[in-house]
Amino acid sequence: MTTTDAPKAAPPPTGKRRMGDVVFAGTARGSGILILLILAGVAAFLIVQAWPSLAANTANFLTSQAWEANVRESPAFGVAALAFGTVLAAAIALLLATPVAIGIALFIVYYAPRKLASLLGYLVDLLAAIPSVVYGLWGIGFLAPQLVPVYEGMTRYLGWIPLFAGPASTSARTILTAGIVLAVMILPIITAMSRDVFHQVPQGHREAALAMGATRWEMIRLAVLPFGKSGIVGGAMLGMGRALGETMAVAMILSPSLAISWNLLQSGNQTIAGHIALQYPEATGYGVSALIAAGLVLFAITLVVNMGARYVVARGNKES
Amino acid sequence: MSLTTTPPPGPEMGPASSALRRGSLPNRFPVALLAATAAVVAGVLLAFSSFGFVLWGLLTAVAYVVFVVTASARVEGGRKARDRLVTSLVYGCFLLAMLPLVSVLWTVLGNGFARFDPYFLSVSMNGVLPSMDAGGAYHAIVGTLAITGMATLISVPIGVMTAVYLVEYAEGRMKRTIMFFVDVMTGIPSIVAGLFVVALWIILFGPGATNGAAGAIALAVLMIPVVVRSSEEMLRLVPQDLREASYALGVPKWRTITKVVLPTSAAGLTTGIMLAIARVIGETAPLILTAGSSAVSINWNLFDGQMMSLPVFIYSQVRMGGAVNYERAWAAALTLILVVMLLFFLARMIGRLFAPKAR
Repeated sequence: MTTTDAPKAAPPPTGKRRMGDVVFAGTARGSGILILLILAGVAAFLIVQAWPSLAANTANFLTSQAWEANVRESPAFGVAALAFGTVLAAAIALLLATPVAIGIALFIVYYAPRKLASLLGYLVDLLAAIPSVVYGLWGIGFLAPQLVPVYEGMTRYLGWIPLFAGPASTSARTILTAGIVLAVMILPIITAMSRDVFHQVPQGHREAALAMGATRWEMIRLAVLPFGKSGIVGGAMLGMGRALGETMAVAMILSPSLAISWNLLQSGNQTIAGHIALQYPEATGYGVSALIAAGLVLFAITLVVNMGARYVVARGNKES
Repeated sequence: MSLTTTPPPGPEMGPASSALRRGSLPNRFPVALLAATAAVVAGVLLAFSSFGFVLWGLLTAVAYVVFVVTASARVEGGRKARDRLVTSLVYGCFLLAMLPLVSVLWTVLGNGFARFDPYFLSVSMNGVLPSMDAGGAYHAIVGTLAITGMATLISVPIGVMTAVYLVEYAEGRMKRTIMFFVDVMTGIPSIVAGLFVVALWIILFGPGATNGAAGAIALAVLMIPVVVRSSEEMLRLVPQDLREASYALGVPKWRTITKVVLPTSAAGLTTGIMLAIARVIGETAPLILTAGSSAVSINWNLFDGQMMSLPVFIYSQVRMGGAVNYERAWAAALTLILVVMLLFFLARMIGRLFAPKAR
């Protein structure tokens, strides 16, 4: 390219609309719109199919704890206990996972030897590659038996805290076990988001802190954490969305029951997702429709949490 | 910045350098302390003949943190001590995260090997009672291949074309809307995707219709956003020069995309698609709802009746609860993990080998 005698910045060749261009652009645009339609369809079909049972429901759907839906007429069911279990399990997972995930992200970005860092990050990503059903199998086949003596010890020494009141479940198939497994599963998500944002901390901020004589921790506290706050919060919320909707690990670990219990060491709680997976094969009458209604609640909760997370992350990106 | 140049500290230096060195622990101190602590704790545990790796690791970690912080507080002062405490915690967090990874892989390997053999991989559960010492996962492998294959066939064209639209065509509100909802779609719980197809199938085919195609559509709903995000990233990496060179030759836009942009990013697209497959191949919940959880025989037909898959096989065996069932579940878990790891590994290899070389 030696001659540059055409100062006119020509737009891509759109002089005459070629047939191929029109078709191709239309297909691409159609795919994008199809995705919006699918998402709308998810909501629409769930609502349509949940409606019959909700209309026939004799109990209050939002406050009842019963689940008498497998009948041909006048079902009585509600999601109160399930929603409580879902939020409790996700909260435990979040509480356990967030600090560890921040630690891992700091480790990979600022502490690990440079050459090893990407390999170590890859190891953490592997945690996300393990299918949830394998986590469930591990939880019930390996982790729960290991936790039985731990839980007994907790009831003995920490039993005065209502959360840990005895007697502990003899199988350790409790909401705390489920929460621990969920924490492992959401760890890579929170870590990935935190890592991304830690990588973006301006070098100037960090070097300014170090030049003032700050130790590495002081540098992190003064420069990294304030900058990365939105990324951490967004990551935690994404992780929470995942924990709220996670099914298999919960369904395999928790035994089917319906109660609102603050006791973490006894069985009794159940989550929406776990309940759907456990009940669906036996659902008759209004059963399927009622489960779809429960799924709709789960969809709404995760939608709000995920949108919130995206909003927080986007706002953080704009500020920086 | 000091105005005077301090000579590098050495052993022959005078009082000035020892003043500089005072107030800091030697570089190798943490490593040495860790080794010493580990040895002492191991000795004590062995003396009480209660040695266990978990206990050993835990006690060593706690003792090390206490020692290093105390030593640092004495010699270096509070700020440095806090720094060392945080360093230990950060290292500890990483090691803590490795525990479940190692534990999961170890238990799956250890428990899965008992039944993981050609027989297990080549026979189905047809005519096998749950407690019999026979049967395998062939029908589940068939189902997984068929369902995941169809899900891939559905989601790849939609996903890649959407990415093309986002990168090459879309602008303004439409672009932001689609990108936002693709993000939202990645957060749909897998069981909700399953329920969506259940609801759709009830409307289309009446209640109780379960088949592999339903499972494939549910998986496609989960897979599409992943494909869009990864493809989008890859298409953005294609240099603008290539497009402009093509336009300059008078090539229409759609030929530019199909002949220049897509081939250039083919390796990256493949990597992303394989990672997306690896993600949905382990999905269980939507398949329980859509493809059924009680099929025992080999079924290659996506449109006819229940279809077993590896993850659902694991789940249904665990639900049966016997010792043999657990053995089958572990063996199937080993199979599944091997498949996922293989996909992961292949994806990385393709990404590395065929990526356009940066000049």
